[in-house]
Amino acid sequence: MASASETARAADAKDRRSRWLLSAPALLIIFVAAVGPLFVMFAYSFMEKGDYGDVKFGIFSLDGWSSVLLARDIFDDTLGFADAHLTIFWRSISLSFYTTLLTLFFGFPTAYFIATRPATSREIWVFLVTIPFWTNLLIRTFAMQQVIRNEGLVNTALISVGIIDRPLQIMNTDVAILLGMTYVYLPLMVLPLYASIEKLDFKLVEAGYDLYASRWQVLRRIVIPLVKPGIVAGSILVFIPSLGAYVIPRVLGGGKSMMLGNLIELQFGAGRNWPLGAAISITLMALVMIALLIYVRNVSRTESGHG
Amino acid sequence: MARRRNFDIRVQPGFGLIALFTFFSLYLPIAALVAYSVNAADSLSRWDGLSLRWFISAWNNQAVQDASIRSLILAAWAATFATIAATMAALATTRTPRYPGLTLKYAFINQPLMVPEIVTGVALLIVFSRIKVWTGYSGLGYLILAHTAFCIPFAYLPIRARLENMDLTLESAAADLYATPWRTFRRVTLPLLRPAIIAGFMLAFVISLDDVVITEFVKSGGQDTLPTYMLGQLRRETSPEINAIATVFLALSVALVTLFYFVNRRRP
Amino acid sequence: MPDQPQRDAIDVRGVRKVFGAGDYAVTALDTVSVSIRENEFFTLLGPSGCGKTTLLRLIAGFEYPSEGEILLYGQDIAGLPPHKRPVNTVFQSYALFPHMTVAENISFGLEMLNRPKDEIKTRVSEMLSLVRMEELANRRTSQISGGQQQRVALARALAPQPKVLLLDEPLSALDYKLRKGMQIELKRLQHETGITFIFVTHDQEEALTMSDRIAVMSAGKILQVGSPRDIYDRPAERFVADFIGESNFIEADVVGVDHDRATMRLSSGAEISAAMAKGSPPSARATLVVRPEHARIVPEGAAASLNGTVENVVYLGTDTHFHIKIDDGSTFVVRQQNSADAGPSLSPGLRAGVLISSDAAQLLRS
Repeated sequence: MASASETARAADAKDRRSRWLLSAPALLIIFVAAVGPLFVMFAYSFMEKGDYGDVKFGIFSLDGWSSVLLARDIFDDTLGFADAHLTIFWRSISLSFYTTLLTLFFGFPTAYFIATRPATSREIWVFLVTIPFWTNLLIRTFAMQQVIRNEGLVNTALISVGIIDRPLQIMNTDVAILLGMTYVYLPLMVLPLYASIEKLDFKLVEAGYDLYASRWQVLRRIVIPLVKPGIVAGSILVFIPSLGAYVIPRVLGGGKSMMLGNLIELQFGAGRNWPLGAAISITLMALVMIALLIYVRNVSRTESGHG
Repeated sequence: MARRRNFDIRVQPGFGLIALFTFFSLYLPIAALVAYSVNAADSLSRWDGLSLRWFISAWNNQAVQDASIRSLILAAWAATFATIAATMAALATTRTPRYPGLTLKYAFINQPLMVPEIVTGVALLIVFSRIKVWTGYSGLGYLILAHTAFCIPFAYLPIRARLENMDLTLESAAADLYATPWRTFRRVTLPLLRPAIIAGFMLAFVISLDDVVITEFVKSGGQDTLPTYMLGQLRRETSPEINAIATVFLALSVALVTLFYFVNRRRP
Repeated sequence: MPDQPQRDAIDVRGVRKVFGAGDYAVTALDTVSVSIRENEFFTLLGPSGCGKTTLLRLIAGFEYPSEGEILLYGQDIAGLPPHKRPVNTVFQSYALFPHMTVAENISFGLEMLNRPKDEIKTRVSEMLSLVRMEELANRRTSQISGGQQQRVALARALAPQPKVLLLDEPLSALDYKLRKGMQIELKRLQHETGITFIFVTHDQEEALTMSDRIAVMSAGKILQVGSPRDIYDRPAERFVADFIGESNFIEADVVGVDHDRATMRLSSGAEISAAMAKGSPPSARATLVVRPEHARIVPEGAAASLNGTVENVVYLGTDTHFHIKIDDGSTFVVRQQNSADAGPSLSPGLRAGVLISSDAAQLLRS
C-alpha cells in the first residue's frame, strides 16, 4: 500500500536532511579555514609574483612552478636545475625515510615490550608513551636541543668523562634534525604498533615454536607478518609529518639545514616569492598524497589477504 | 634439583633492553629541560644550584603574560566551537547505513590531519592577509577560526568512537517510552555522550594550545601565543627563562593528558 | 459488541518489509497477515532470521512497513513514530538506561507522557512491588543481576499501561533456572495486568508453556497460527512439525477421504485413519506426521501398523527411544516412558512392530 511506503520514504528523507544540517557547521568551518584556502593557493601558484610579496592578482605566470626545480643563471640567464631546491627535496625525503627507519628500530621492540607486559602494568607503559605524544612539539624539540647543543647534556658528559676534549658539533646539522624528528615522532610509531601487537594471538607463536621455529624465525615468519598493518600505519604516521616538518629543522637545523617546510616559509617571508612557495606547498602535498595512497593500497591488500 | 624456568614464548632477546633505552631517551631531554629551568645560573652552560628565579622572571615578563592569556583564550574558544561542531558532525555521520555524501564528510572532517601544517599555514596566510586588507579587521577571529578547523578532527575522534559503541536500542527504548526525538537526545543520548564530549573538548584544547605553525602564519602583529613567543625567543640566545616557561607548559599538558586519560577510562 | 474479549488488539494486514534496495534487497516479511486478540498471550515462534523480530519492530514503530497496514484497535498506526504509539517493548538486551537508577528507568515513560508528579510516584512504587524490586529502587542498573534487570525492563515497559506489550526474546540472556522462574512470572504479570502480550522467541518449549496462541514463522511468512495443542498435535506443514518437537514422517497412499479425515495405506499394507489439515484436499500420495510418543512398540505381526528391526535403543532417564528400521527402509522412532517395573527389554537386532493409533497421525498439507 502506498501510504506505508511513503511514510518510510519520508522518514528516510527527513533523516538524510537532518544529517546534512547537523554536519553543516563542521563542514563549513573546515571549508573556510582549511580546504578552501588550498584552492586559492593553487590559483596563486599560477600568478606572477609581486614585487614585495603577494602576487600580481590575475596575471598568469608559470614562473612559480618552473622555479620549483629550475633556476636562471644570474650571469648568462640560462636555465639550469636549482641545485639548492633539489638538495632540500632530497634532504626532506631521505631524512624522513631515515626517521621512519629509526623510529621503527626503536619503536617495534618498545611496542612489543609493552604488549607483553601483564595487563595491569601495560596501561602505565602506554601512558608513559602517551605523555610525550601530547606534549607540545616545540617544547620537545627544545628539550632535544638541551641534550645535543654544544654545552648540552651529551657534550658535557662526554667531555667530563674525557672521551672528547672539544664539544661535538651536532646542532645545525642533518644529524640534529634526524635525532629531533626521531625523538618527536617516536610515539606515533609506538602507539599503532602496540595496538596491533596487543591483538596478536600468542597461540600462533606457540604453534610456531611447536613446529621447530627459533625465536628469530618466529619473529620473522609469524609476528612481523601478522602485525604488518601496524608497521605500515606507524611508518606512514611518522613519514608524513616528517616530510612536512617545519619547527624541528628550524630549531635544530638553525637555518643551515633546511627542509621543505622551511623552504616554503622562506618564499612567503624573505624570499617574497609567493607563487613559488605555493607551488612547493602543492608539491609537498602531492608527496604526502602519494605516501597515503601507498598506505591505502597496502592496507586494502593486507585486509583482503586476511579475508 | 633446581626448578626449571618455563620457556616464555613472548620473550624476544634484546627487545626489553631496547625498550628500556627508548623510555629512558623519551624522558631524558624532558628531564634536562626541567633541570635547567631550576638552575640558578645566568646561562644554560653552568649549573649553579637550585633556584626558582627563572620562574619568577618569566611570571613578571609582560610579553609572557600576554601570550599565555591569549593562548588560553584562543584554546578555550577554538575547543568550544570545535567540540560543538564535532559533536553535531559525529551524530550525523555515525550509526547510519552508507548514504551519498558520507565519504565526502569523512574526507572533509579528517582533511586537517592529512595536509602538512605548513601548507595549511601558508594557504591561510594567503587568504587571510587579503581579507585583513579588505575588511580592516585583524583581531583574534582569524586565529579562532583556523584553530577551530584543525581541532575539529581531534574533538570528533572520541565522540564518534563513543557513539559507535553506544547501544542503539537505548534510544529505541526511549522512543518506545514516548520520548520525542529531542527529549531522547536530551535525556539519553547526551548524558551517555558526556564523557566523550569532555574528552573531545580536552583534546581540542591541548591541540590548540600546542599549535605553532598555523598560528605563526595566521597571527597579526602583536598576537603572539605562548608557543609562537617561544619560537621567536629560540632564534636568539636563549636564557633559562624559556626553560621555566616550557616547564610550566609541560606541566599543564601533562595534567590535561592525565585528566583526559581518566575521563576517557571511566565508563558509566 | 465492543467489549467482547475476542476483540482484536492488533491487526496486521498484508505487511511486507524489504530491507535495502536493488540487488541487495532482502525481503524480511512476505505479505504477512495476522490478528492478535485482546488480553491474549500471543507468541511469534521461529528460527533466527524468520522475520519474527522484524514483525515486532514494525508493531513497535522502529521500522515502517514497505507495504500493508498495522491496526491497533482498528486504527492504522503503521506510519506513526514509536513515541506516538501506545505500545511498549521489553528489549532482548533490556536496554536499561545505564545513567539512571531503577526507579528513574521505570518513571521515564510516565515523565515523557507528562503525567503529574504524584501519579508517577505512586505508579512507580506499584510497579516496583509488582515485580518485587522495592529494595533496589535507587540502585544503578549496572549494579543489579541479570534477572533483576529483566524485571526492571518489564516494570518500565508496563508502567505507562500500554495497550500491547511487546517482548523481544526477553528470556534468552538468562540461565535455565531463572528462565523457568521468569516464564511463570511473565504469565502471572499478564494475568494481573490484563495487557495483551506479544512474545517473540525461538524456544519452542517457552512458546508451548506460556502462550494462548502461537504463530510459527519461517522465511518471512506465518505458516500456522493456533493454540499450543493445535500446533503440537496438528502441525499443518512439515516445517512446523519439524521445528516443534520430534516427528516421524511417513509417506503413504490416500485411499479415501471423509470430511476432515483421510484413510491412508502404509507401506506395510496396513490402513490407518489420519486427521487432515484444513483447506487442501490431499493428492494421491501424502506425508503423515507421527510424534514419537504417540506410537507404541507391539509384537511383530499383522496387528502392527509397521514392522521392522530394532536398530538402536537410547536410554534417556525418564523415557527410552527405540529406533526401528522399518522394512521399507525408513527409520521410525518410538518414545516410551520408563516405569519402575521394567517391561520386556528390546535389544538391537530383534524384530518388532509399531502401532499408530488413529488419533496419532496427522496428514500434512502438500
